Amino acid sequence: MMLYYNHVDKKGKKSTVNNLLTVDTLGEMPAIEIRQLKKSFGLKPILRSVDLTLHQGQRMALLGANGAGKTTILRILAGLIKPSAGTVSVLGLDIIHDAQQIRRCVGFVGHQSYLYQELTIVENLLFFARMYTVPHAQERVHELVRRVGLERRAHERVGALSRGQVQRVALSRALLHTPHLLLLDEPDTGLDREGSELIDALLAEHIALGGSILFTTHLLERVLQQSDRIVILGSGRVIYNRETASLDYDELQRAYREVAN
Amino acid sequence: MRIFLLHVIAILWKDIRYELRSKQTWLGMGMFALLVLVIFNFTFDLRVDNVSAVAPGVLWIAFIFASLLGLGRTLAAEREQNSMDRLLLCPVDRKAIYLAKLLGNLLFIGVVEIVALPIYTLLFNVPLPASLLLIVLLGTLGIAAIGTLFSVMAAATRARELLLPILVFPLIVPVVISVVRATQQLMVPTVNEPPWIGLLIAFDVIFLSVSMLTFQYVIEE
Repeated sequence: MMLYYNHVDKKGKKSTVNNLLTVDTLGEMPAIEIRQLKKSFGLKPILRSVDLTLHQGQRMALLGANGAGKTTILRILAGLIKPSAGTVSVLGLDIIHDAQQIRRCVGFVGHQSYLYQELTIVENLLFFARMYTVPHAQERVHELVRRVGLERRAHERVGALSRGQVQRVALSRALLHTPHLLLLDEPDTGLDREGSELIDALLAEHIALGGSILFTTHLLERVLQQSDRIVILGSGRVIYNRETASLDYDELQRAYREVAN
Repeated sequence: MRIFLLHVIAILWKDIRYELRSKQTWLGMGMFALLVLVIFNFTFDLRVDNVSAVAPGVLWIAFIFASLLGLGRTLAAEREQNSMDRLLLCPVDRKAIYLAKLLGNLLFIGVVEIVALPIYTLLFNVPLPASLLLIVLLGTLGIAAIGTLFSVMAAATRARELLLPILVFPLIVPVVISVVRATQQLMVPTVNEPPWIGLLIAFDVIFLSVSMLTFQYVIEE
């Protein structure tokens, strides 16, 4: 399998971005492995006991009512918050002990854009490229800006962009360091049809290159097209976990309603 | 080490660029420091015999209060979206974040001090010896070292503007005493005074080490 974060320079020399994980260290480790994950905020339990496995090259949709714990799982995987109990590993790396290494191979798009409003699109992306020590940062930034259709606005402040445009830049930021695993929290937010198509193309490319995606959404139609496995969360637990290929829209809707109720 | 320094420079450069665009911190701090100097100049009945007792205190009151204004503001770019998550998402050594923020604070406060010092000498009719710059640098480093740590801590709370001075003032008391006395020593040298500059260096080293070591635990959940 071709690893997404392998970099091949113009002379054909192969290297790994940030001297990270190599093919040998990755092997066939699951992209995500979560066992009996619990998370509480104060006395309020959000995740009671979550077990999940996402294999490399797969796309998993995480569904659930508001407050079911979808965002909490993504934020734990992104290394922003720590689990209260249980084990979480990303590509075989432990979320607590190998947090820095995990951050290098994860791209996260959250509810917030995680961009600086006063900086332009290019300035933002170049800054994050430096944070991830992306090789050939200038080329990579301009390539992504072009891919998300924002070439003409590349030197405008992010604060002056529309919600959909900000979302495109946010996805570019998450893809900058060619991560192996993409974590997307409602990535469709604010996107128009053209934006959705552009982003679908980028995500399809990510999967074709061997990457994995875990995303949350409330759009059931998209889930059937965009995922290989569907997981529905309820009361801080996995209530439903099925392969998408064996599902039709009505069945999914029925399952979603049952869990939501 | 090279990557660590590149990260420090990238964060610092981003903060400078951000500040140059918003111009919120420098202008506010500068105006505040100048106003304090002017008001104290009018308030006190300054004479040749009491100026050496009053002027150092006034100078450091202006610098400390202006610094605290600035320390609260330098995290404004990070607080824009109510969190430090943008930086925490990145595979960056947390010490690099601290160092970049500290250097940013030193730079912002330093610029204000460079503008305020000639006005201070003019208003209070006191000399501006080169060694005063060393005292100002060491004093500012001590204030910024602790202030940077606590401004991150306070940033996570709602009452951050109120909390920051309450947290920082008690801790910087040793630095304040040292800088004021060292400044007085410059104006009126006296015998049997403790080595204030040496003490100041010691406080700086302690504050810097403790802040550097604890920053990761403060910044992360």
